[in-house]
Amino acid sequence: MSSVKDNVTALPLHPEKSTLEGKNKFLGFWFFLGGETVLFGTLFATFVALRHQTSGGPAAEDIFGMPLTFLSTIILLTSSLTSVFAIMAMRDNSLGRMQLWFWITVILGLAFLGLEITEFTEYMHEDLGYTTSAFSSAFYTLVGFHGCHVLFGVVWISTLMIQSFKKGITTVTAPKYYVASLYWHFIDVVWVFIFTVVYLLGILGG
Amino acid sequence: MSVNAHSLSQPKQNSGFFSWLWEWLSTVDHKKIAILYLFGGGLFFLIGGIEAMLIRIQLAVPENTFLVGHNYNEVITMHGTTMIFLAAMPFIFALMNAVIPLQIGARDVAFPFVNALGFWLFFMGGIILNLSWFLGGAPAGGWTAYAPLSSEFLGNGMDFYVLGLQVAGAGTLMGAINFLVTIVNMRAPGMTFMRLPLFTWTVFITAVLILFAFPALTVGLFLIFFDRLFDANFFNEANGGNSIIWEHIFWIFGHPEVYILILPAFGVISEVIATFSKKRLFGYSSMVFATILIGFLAFMVWVHHMFTVGLGPSANTIFAIATMAIAVPTGIKIFNWIFTLWGGQITFNTANLYAVGFIPTFVMGGVTGVMLAVPTADFQYHDSYFVVAHFHYVIVGGLIFGLFSGFYYWWPKMFGRHLNETLGKINFWLFFIGFHLTFFFQHFLGLMGMPRRYFTYLKGEGFDAFNMVSTIGAFLMFFAVIVMLINIAYSAVKGEKAKGDAWEQGRTLEWSIASPPPEYNFAQTPLVKGIDAFWKEKMDGKDKMTAAEPVGDIHMPSSSIVPFLMSISLTIASLGFIFSAHDGVRKPALFVAGAGVVLFFLCMLARSIKDDPGFHIHKEEVIETEKGVR
Repeated sequence: MSSVKDNVTALPLHPEKSTLEGKNKFLGFWFFLGGETVLFGTLFATFVALRHQTSGGPAAEDIFGMPLTFLSTIILLTSSLTSVFAIMAMRDNSLGRMQLWFWITVILGLAFLGLEITEFTEYMHEDLGYTTSAFSSAFYTLVGFHGCHVLFGVVWISTLMIQSFKKGITTVTAPKYYVASLYWHFIDVVWVFIFTVVYLLGILGG
Repeated sequence: MSVNAHSLSQPKQNSGFFSWLWEWLSTVDHKKIAILYLFGGGLFFLIGGIEAMLIRIQLAVPENTFLVGHNYNEVITMHGTTMIFLAAMPFIFALMNAVIPLQIGARDVAFPFVNALGFWLFFMGGIILNLSWFLGGAPAGGWTAYAPLSSEFLGNGMDFYVLGLQVAGAGTLMGAINFLVTIVNMRAPGMTFMRLPLFTWTVFITAVLILFAFPALTVGLFLIFFDRLFDANFFNEANGGNSIIWEHIFWIFGHPEVYILILPAFGVISEVIATFSKKRLFGYSSMVFATILIGFLAFMVWVHHMFTVGLGPSANTIFAIATMAIAVPTGIKIFNWIFTLWGGQITFNTANLYAVGFIPTFVMGGVTGVMLAVPTADFQYHDSYFVVAHFHYVIVGGLIFGLFSGFYYWWPKMFGRHLNETLGKINFWLFFIGFHLTFFFQHFLGLMGMPRRYFTYLKGEGFDAFNMVSTIGAFLMFFAVIVMLINIAYSAVKGEKAKGDAWEQGRTLEWSIASPPPEYNFAQTPLVKGIDAFWKEKMDGKDKMTAAEPVGDIHMPSSSIVPFLMSISLTIASLGFIFSAHDGVRKPALFVAGAGVVLFFLCMLARSIKDDPGFHIHKEEVIETEKGVR
């Protein structure tokens, strides 16, 4: 693959979509996200149907706290911004800058996961176990699915960044970086809905 | 294999069983994956067929004791689940893989690796499901697995249902994304959307439906899974759960699923009838429009499976009207097929017999469908044999007729040999008559009050004669399938060799290349000038397509064993989860499950790290191969 070296010096304007493979990845990933939307939509619907079924256990307004979830939200929204910076750096063919921003994204993702684990532990202490009520099962499943997606994203972006030291930014690797950032935006958007539907509505008790 | 032997990163092929096995386990060629889907699906079709025969033997006479109680429940559950997920779906994917890239003038699918992964996930999912027979009993909750029966009250078999379908469903979803991207991005120059052959169009809409319907099933299965293995409360009314959620989720998936099944059959019928009437398909644009409209409405009608749940008159009315509306685009299609036949020079070979037999049969299924869409009347039909008759008319009389038509039509393209026409016609008439004998009288059984899923009926209820006729019909269908198997074996040994344009009146691009096609499909990407691209060239006096590019080196993806390994790792994970339901081995079983999941992600990592440069088939080899076939 001698062409890889040539590409490093002259990268096309949109390296993520300059080859057919890149275009396929780009479109295929959008379709995948369409499927993911239905997946989360179904989980949301289930949660909304069951969110008052506390069965004698703690209810949403009893345990949810604003400061912690607000902090989580800020962290995740910021990480979306940093992944945008990373993609801008990728288009500028600036490997170091892209790696820096993606690593910051990963660290923010890890911080979010840390907060989520803290939060879940706290709820466990307040007797909201996974098996307590239909509300608790639906809550942990929805938010946990999102958490698993964040974890997957963190691992994915990390492995891409470790590879990037060797492979650089090419028309082969650029689509991979790009779809990883798309994925990251998607889980960010899902979180916005979780923040609204689960936490804000929960705290309001509506 | 001379093509491979000279190629760069392909090792020289050795003969022998293991290299043959390795070749099939690691192939990423869509034409070979089509054959894998065909025989994988065929295996499960035979298993599901034997289950059907067991059911019909039990019901042949009143108060029979051949197969009763729990065992009967297991067999009806596995019959339905197997036929839908493990026979019908892979048969559709077999035709998709065999035909779609050829019809759009592509050398491959968009994601060959994912394509292979999709097949192996489907196949291992089927194996997981069927392992239940040997590991403590099959699922017995019906193919719909209604909660809380499925989530609380049935044994270990339901875990096989949940995980088997989860794995197979993941494969289907991947396959759908692959074909969506293939159809959008990989079309030959000039192949605009409104020039796509109708089979490609229907597969495109089917893939959209899979994409938006299967994730709902994924979530539903997860909820049952969590209820069963981790004591969650989704369907546990005692702790605030709600079992109606399962019904909604299942049918939000389940209703689009029936259109996922039938749309490709519509596509096949459109191709076959046009080809063997020697006419352009009547009303092409309205066919496309009707397909899209059916796809859209498919998501709007799921509550018609739940009219008796008690969701209220408004909900029932809205869904009833939406359901009846589907009859309109479907009617458009029926008329278009009839108008295509009208005035055509019709050849009645086996493929076309199935296609023509499809039309009245499917109309009958459609009419009972509209009857069932009336909520007030549905209270009478619900859970009776009338429903059984209806859905077998649309799924067997619709989908299976369509698939068999497609098999006879594209068999020469897939294997390079024709199926025998005499055996084919015996196969058709046995199947057609057997089908109507089996299911027509079940309408009346239903109206007379025979409930579905019951393992017997009493003497003197007036059900005896119709049930006996139904069983006789089932045996005719069984013999028909045996004739088809004989035909396949005969064709493999003595079948007439097929030319590129096997029927001599092929209209679409797949008939412009050799049968079976070379590894790279098209030596030169064709230039498409209109609907029925190959027919158009033939009318202009040519015998092949105008090329859109000079002959050159062709880039191909390398084969890979990783898709198979990924499916094996998910199988290990699934079996781990299934056995974690047994108290004594919970911890080690969960450890095995975790190991399987980790192995799966390691495979993904390996795939991510190692870029596949593929290999090239050189220009000289392409020219050499093309000489050989012409």
